[in-house]
Amino acid sequence: MNQETNAPSPTGAHTDVELQGRFLELADHIKSRLHGGEDFLAEFSAEKSDFVRFNQAKIRQAGRVTQRSISIELVDGSRHSSAGITLSGEPTTDRARVDAAIEELRGRLPHLQDDPHLLFSREVHDTEAHGRDETPDAGTALAQVLDAAAGREFVGIWASGGIYSGFANSFGQRNWFSSHTFNLDWSLYHRADKAVKCGYAGFSWDEAEYRRRLDAALVQLEVLAREPKTIAPGKYRVYLAPDALSEIVGMLSWGGLGLKSHRTKQTMLIKMVEEGWKLHPAVTLRENTKDGVAQNFQSLGFIKPDSVTIIEKGVYKDCLVSPRSAKEYGVPTNGANSYEGPESVEMDAGDIPEAEVAARLGTGVLINNLWYLNFSDRPSCRMTGMTRFATFWVENGKITAPLNVMRFDETIYRALGEKLVGLTQERSFILDASTYYQRSTGSWRLPGAMVDDFTFTL
Amino acid sequence: MLKDLEQRFRTVAPRADFVSLRFVCERTEALSVRQDIVQPVQTAEDTGVMITVLDGGGIGYGATCDLSEAGLRRAASDAHDWARRSAGRTVIDFSKIAMPKPHAEWTTPVQTPWASVPLGDKIALLREQCARLKTDPRIVDWSSGLYHVGTESLYLTAEGGRAHQRFSYLVPSLSATANEGSETITRSLGGRGFCRQGGMEVIDAVGFRTAAPELAAEALALLTAPNCPSGTMDLLIAPDQMILQIHESVGHPLELDRILGDERNYAGTSFVTLDMFGSYRYGSDLMNITYDPTRPEQFASFAVDDDGVAATKEYIVRAGILERPLGSVVSQARAGVAGVANARAQSWNRPPLDRMANLNLEPGTSSLDEMIAAVEHGIYVKTNCSWSIDDSRNKFQFGCEWGRLIENGKLQGLVKKPNYRGISESFWRNLKMVGGPETFVLMGTPNCGKAEPNQVVRVGHASPACLFHQVDVFGGE
Repeated sequence: MNQETNAPSPTGAHTDVELQGRFLELADHIKSRLHGGEDFLAEFSAEKSDFVRFNQAKIRQAGRVTQRSISIELVDGSRHSSAGITLSGEPTTDRARVDAAIEELRGRLPHLQDDPHLLFSREVHDTEAHGRDETPDAGTALAQVLDAAAGREFVGIWASGGIYSGFANSFGQRNWFSSHTFNLDWSLYHRADKAVKCGYAGFSWDEAEYRRRLDAALVQLEVLAREPKTIAPGKYRVYLAPDALSEIVGMLSWGGLGLKSHRTKQTMLIKMVEEGWKLHPAVTLRENTKDGVAQNFQSLGFIKPDSVTIIEKGVYKDCLVSPRSAKEYGVPTNGANSYEGPESVEMDAGDIPEAEVAARLGTGVLINNLWYLNFSDRPSCRMTGMTRFATFWVENGKITAPLNVMRFDETIYRALGEKLVGLTQERSFILDASTYYQRSTGSWRLPGAMVDDFTFTL
Repeated sequence: MLKDLEQRFRTVAPRADFVSLRFVCERTEALSVRQDIVQPVQTAEDTGVMITVLDGGGIGYGATCDLSEAGLRRAASDAHDWARRSAGRTVIDFSKIAMPKPHAEWTTPVQTPWASVPLGDKIALLREQCARLKTDPRIVDWSSGLYHVGTESLYLTAEGGRAHQRFSYLVPSLSATANEGSETITRSLGGRGFCRQGGMEVIDAVGFRTAAPELAAEALALLTAPNCPSGTMDLLIAPDQMILQIHESVGHPLELDRILGDERNYAGTSFVTLDMFGSYRYGSDLMNITYDPTRPEQFASFAVDDDGVAATKEYIVRAGILERPLGSVVSQARAGVAGVANARAQSWNRPPLDRMANLNLEPGTSSLDEMIAAVEHGIYVKTNCSWSIDDSRNKFQFGCEWGRLIENGKLQGLVKKPNYRGISESFWRNLKMVGGPETFVLMGTPNCGKAEPNQVVRVGHASPACLFHQVDVFGGE
């Protein structure tokens, strides 16, 4: 950045507490507009984000996004419907928009039918979590980032700022969550598709830590400069680093862990559910809301438990149950979101010291990242995908060459079951860098996994 | 309201090399019926503006949902500030790019407006179609849906450019899931690929009222069908899989920003390099790919793109030879090659970049029967259900919902879980026959993901059925 200019101009965006106050005022206003017998649920979402994307350590796009919206669900008996609207931040304008939305919803309800699966929380559970704002000035941090990477094939994105969410209902429940983070997600390229993928995310910026990570990546880049190796399709012993394992575990969120997918037989873990198939006893997977960074309340007012164990010692244990599925199938909800996907994923550690990974791998493939996974046979939980970024050929415990990208096609029952050699003692905490619609608060806490006979096909 | 907005923009636009405002108001309505129960009806209205400033060679944007003069002033200030801060550090000197000054209007041609059909009638239609999917106890989940988006956009430049566009998009869906033991099969109405611009007339154009019984029957039949055989064989691909084949192995690798390296940290790079344009043999002589955002009823048509460039139809691949990339005005300036009008953004809060709009395979001359007759041993596949491709958009693997054997020129029995894999740079050279106009279908995808910060956009594709020679095909476990 040009240092002679000032910090970004005042945005008029409100502080955390001011935003919360505006939301609470709107919630009271919504309540004042209800007719007898009506209830409401309201979910607020806002963020103020600086986004800078760069290529060749130069800026391609840079800007600031200030957005806020509210989704209002109007309930009358068993009839209900929701409307989302953008908020301007100006109270009079926003109250008028809310009034119009309520009127529209009220006009819609007579055309709907009673919903037998409607369930929302009537118990009041107030929560409030304010994240401290220690994020750096984006321009200043970016100057440090790009100066250090100057002349490199350095590509990626900087995202920083506040994320805010709130919930309110007509029973008086009020919840608030805010978080102020930065996420520098970047790659350092040698040439073509040979690159090291890195990330540095957190709450307060430390230039020295960034430089340490950049230096470590430069060391890996030297290995990537070696003549790449191409292997023939076949079965290989592999090590899946935590980032790579997050892609495989992430696939289970595609309708695999929710109650609805189980009852409609669409879960890719159907063989665990219907036939008692098991994964390796070292595999314990849970939704750990307590140690994640996502909010602990959801859009129908339920509070998530600290933890839900999904797979315990290789055996399927619990589903994520949304309120709607709970009502449909007559079981208690555990506060899952409407799509019954995890947000704070945790897998137990194993007993392989990370320092011994290459030695224990012996001869095989060290995979730091996987890419673009999908199912090749969903009921068998067989998935395909690509190696990406820094994937190395290891011989006799030593990295010898970067590997040209390979396609795998393998079932989870083999990779995390009979062919799982073990998991690492150390785990990585990975903050989701996703920014679809808004910056994600999802996370993974995962070990690495050593796997025998992993199938590469192309 | 737009008049007021225009006046406010003229008032707040800072003095700079270039300033634009892009206003987007998008109203979505999601209706669905699952297992004969009406699901929660959800609407959403998302409104905001992005102000972009190019100044001193730098680039910046400010996006806000506060449309007051004060709100626009803050957004303009944010944009100008980022432009100043990025000056001298950008991938190109943005002051050297001649940004367009458009004058354009677009309104989706609509026969039966979405809003003209009462909510109760739409729900009744969905209930009727949903019920027709439940034909057997083994159908364990079934649903119907209509997703409508109405979008109004206004693009202004400080120098007087103005483009006002209004769109109506409809995405119908049907799905039937059959189960027996631990085998589960889903058949759908082209995934969510039968999406078009238009009104309620779209549902008849895509067969929404008639498809349900056949989808349910196919799901049940596939439950007991053998797995797709493995081996190298001919592959006849229906349009609702061809659109995915075009999207992943032609569209994405030809995006110029990928070729320039912008997407290497997320969506990936490309096996295509700048020196290939004009000479590279991408496919057989039968391969003719056009970029056509001018076809009114197609999903991603418009008058101008989000940088104000007028839409035109352009050949991307002609007779198998690669002609031009999918590159917008900024990428064209960076790469020094001609491109297309394809700067597109998800909404007001994301900046435009190189995207597909409507990317189509032009029809050939073969009938479906002629293509089947030409196959000695092969598979006929329909409806994408799985897609995966490497970050250079080269090594791919795709799966389909439905497959049928072809032996000695005749269709034989169903096979389940057909998958195939290949390499983009050689796959299209094995294009053996291209279906005629009678097999040509307009489709698209509502959710193409790319970019940092992440964006999804609507993309259109149209294709005839096609026959490929000697493909690596396989089935399930």
